[in-house]
Amino acid sequence: MSWFQDIIDSFTAAFIEKDRYLAYFEGFKMTLLISLFAVIVGVVIGMIVAILKYTSMRKKGLWLIKLITDLYIGIIRGTPVYVQLLIIYYIILTSRDTPAILAAVICFGINSSAYVAEIIRAGIEAVDKGQTEAGRSLGLSGVTTMIFIVMPQAIKNILPALGNEFIVLIKETAIVGTITVMDVTKAAQNIGMSTYNLLPPLIITAIMYFVVVMVLTKLLAIFERRLAQSDRR
Amino acid sequence: MKKGIALLLVAAMTAAMAACGNSANETKAPAADTQAETSDVQDTEAADTAADTQAEASGDSDKLIMVTEAGFAPYEYTEDGQTVVGVDVDIANAIAEAMGKELVVQNTTFDGALLAVQQGKADFAAAGISVTEEREKVMDFSVEYATSKQVVVVNKEAGRVDSVDALSGDLVIGVQTGTVADYYCQDEGWTPKAYGKFMEAAMDLKNDKIDCIIMDALPAEEMVAANDDLAVLDGEVFTDRYAIAVQKGNQELLDQINAVLEQLIADGKIEEFTINHTTK
Repeated sequence: MSWFQDIIDSFTAAFIEKDRYLAYFEGFKMTLLISLFAVIVGVVIGMIVAILKYTSMRKKGLWLIKLITDLYIGIIRGTPVYVQLLIIYYIILTSRDTPAILAAVICFGINSSAYVAEIIRAGIEAVDKGQTEAGRSLGLSGVTTMIFIVMPQAIKNILPALGNEFIVLIKETAIVGTITVMDVTKAAQNIGMSTYNLLPPLIITAIMYFVVVMVLTKLLAIFERRLAQSDRR
Repeated sequence: MKKGIALLLVAAMTAAMAACGNSANETKAPAADTQAETSDVQDTEAADTAADTQAEASGDSDKLIMVTEAGFAPYEYTEDGQTVVGVDVDIANAIAEAMGKELVVQNTTFDGALLAVQQGKADFAAAGISVTEEREKVMDFSVEYATSKQVVVVNKEAGRVDSVDALSGDLVIGVQTGTVADYYCQDEGWTPKAYGKFMEAAMDLKNDKIDCIIMDALPAEEMVAANDDLAVLDGEVFTDRYAIAVQKGNQELLDQINAVLEQLIADGKIEEFTINHTTK
């Protein structure tokens, strides 16, 4: 049973010795913080982009706006987030006192905004065309129809997908260690290097990510069911 | 609750709709402009405060930022997974103390540390950096404060390399990205496997996925002491010296660092730091 003792020893070294568990929790706090703020930035920018894109798709005169939004979404979805992170941290935000966390939030926020834009646009488009037609034929203006008839229904499509975006971000932010942010993955690497055993801290980190993502997925499922209550389908 | 969120979203949407009237590039361009402006402003501010020592300690000018890669015991490593310690950190503390500033240690990858100092994101990089011609073109170096041999680490059981002279391009050699060992292999025309962290290379070596690692002697000894499967071969591949890197042209800081380093070397402090971090 000595191999079993070895495993226990290596995990004790990776988690309990020298209060190393604090590093994981501090790191995870950072991971959640960055993901949360990134998703907020993402929703704000994403919403603007989505509305610009949605409107410009329906009006020939706004082709320039359509081109710009398409380009924005295309470039951001077409390049790896790791590369974007390096560009933002090392090339754009070059000021000496820019906190790395800010760079991470901006990067993941912008990255997320492209996906959120598509989520919102798809959410609006998923609302039956008949809803708009009914609103318009009742004499409501285009904007009023959008705000009071289409949007409330679209939000039901959008919110669960936004929750998913948050979950995706939690996992994606594992690369922020490159730009000096101490997140949970970085903590695991640090610990792995000081114990000369990389595997146990990585497994601990994986478990932490998994548990949090599972909990969030469950919460999201409950939320989604709650949203579906008013559906008479 | 649901209604509240819906209302909030609707409000945000309306605001955005109102902004629709203006053209799209207008909404984005100002943001980019302000960003560029603020960073410009910050840059000039930083330069001003640096030049004008009388200026009140505004912002982070009272901080000395060191950038490193904490996978290089005894020069830089973590004990608790968060705080970076090591010989280089002790030296940096001495520098910060001499300058009357507060030391901030940033931990990134080795190539990231070199990039950060070139871009002026950190004041100096201390990560067991060897002075090479290529690096001197893009950053300035302090006096050399430590000598390190580059040695070969092998897997004892696999025994794929038996002497330093037996190194060749046919072997799978592990190195850390951007280190002198990496360049050495490339200069020899070999294609090394480049890792972000030495520990990752060590894992592969333990699993017999690579034949050997070329790395610095002191970290190699620390690594071998903690891994029974690994051994350091006798002899050295080549010798290199460590120096602290600063942004190109930052002579003022370089002079201050050099003064502290020379004092530390004269007092035998660096050997003392090294012993403190190797004998535990």
